[in-house]
Amino acid sequence: MTDWLSPPEIEAVLLSLKVAFWATIVSLPFGIVVGFVLARYEFPGKHLLNGLVHLPLILPPVVTGFILLKLFGTQGPIGSVLEELGIVIAFSWSGAALAAAIMAFPLMVRAIRLSFEAVDVRLEETARSLGAHRFQVFCIISLPLALPGVVTGSILAFAKAIGEFGATITFVSNIPGETRTLPSAVYSFMQVPGGEESAYRLVILAVIVSMTALLLSEWLAKRVKTVVEGR
Amino acid sequence: MSLSVDFKLSLPDFDLKVAFDAPTGITALSGHSGAGKTTLINVLAGLVTPDYGHIETDGRVLFSSALKVNLKPEERHIGYIFQDARLFPHLTVLQNLKCGRWFRRLPMNPSTIEEIVTLLGIDHVLSRRPSQLSGGEKQRVAIGRALLSKPEVILADEPLSSLDSDRKKEILPYFEMLRDQMSIPIVYVSHDADEVTRLATTHFELAHGKIHSESSDS
Repeated sequence: MTDWLSPPEIEAVLLSLKVAFWATIVSLPFGIVVGFVLARYEFPGKHLLNGLVHLPLILPPVVTGFILLKLFGTQGPIGSVLEELGIVIAFSWSGAALAAAIMAFPLMVRAIRLSFEAVDVRLEETARSLGAHRFQVFCIISLPLALPGVVTGSILAFAKAIGEFGATITFVSNIPGETRTLPSAVYSFMQVPGGEESAYRLVILAVIVSMTALLLSEWLAKRVKTVVEGR
Repeated sequence: MSLSVDFKLSLPDFDLKVAFDAPTGITALSGHSGAGKTTLINVLAGLVTPDYGHIETDGRVLFSSALKVNLKPEERHIGYIFQDARLFPHLTVLQNLKCGRWFRRLPMNPSTIEEIVTLLGIDHVLSRRPSQLSGGEKQRVAIGRALLSKPEVILADEPLSSLDSDRKKEILPYFEMLRDQMSIPIVYVSHDADEVTRLATTHFELAHGKIHSESSDS
């Protein structure tokens, strides 16, 4: 791989993997809670929550990036508080992870919500008649049965996070080694004379990574489903 | 022990308005499909809330509109046996059996579990998953699971109707055993006259949302 890719290319790929990993891990608990709430509860403001979750899917990514910059920039209402605690997100790799997480969140929530909706409510009722309170029902019945969707959602979110470009470059710019992820690197190589070749290599890599993630999520979801259902 | 029931619930098609006592033994509830049998026992289980009324077991109030009491399903100590066994597919048979004790933080006496396992003849399937069981085995595990959660009342909603006649013959004796050996009320919903004749100590008929006839056998 070292022969095939130049150091800046490797740097971009590794950074993308790091950003996507943290984006997925940190957003997963939120994705599970939001997916479960949307699947199981009716409450005022449900449509608002649903809309808010899906907004990054519909908004131009540059708008999402702009909003993140205004909120989490060092002058922003959240960013200034974080800065006092010594945390700077804007223009750092953790900011790239935040942007990627928000852009990937709709995909994650959608898969998780669908799998919670597919869990038989009657099994949850049965567990309650056996003495389980709501949290036990969630941990012992609902979540394990929804696991295939949680796995699919996580892998899709990971793949999306690797490829996120618009919101990322708006929010954290395109700093080599800090925020120059794979797509940002492709973009940069396209801007410089003689960079075409590097761009091609990264494009091929992006296609391979995305395809692998999709196939892996399908396969894993099936495996987990078999294990969960004990067939 | 006895379960006393008196409530009203408005449904889209009719009002379910019932009052009866279920003493120790099997109280059979029969009636045509759509008569509200399942809704009735879902009210007892706490899965459906009636408009008003009073439900209690020996002084323990499960629901009372006057006292503003409405215990959650998990607080009612009612063992519910369903038509489809509703075993948890991701757990083994043994885990299914134990989960009620685990939820209620009851002691996991190996002897208590073994006693019920032997009684129901399911010792050879303990490590299997529900998908690997026959219909009769599933229903026996479901009965064991309900019993091990140490219920004060058992509700059975047409527990034999999804089984063929051989499997019915296999399961029926277990309900007779429950009736004769457990001193708790069992509310047993069925539209099968033979089952009712064989099992019931008390028999009510539900029609148009009301308890119509009453007869006490044996």
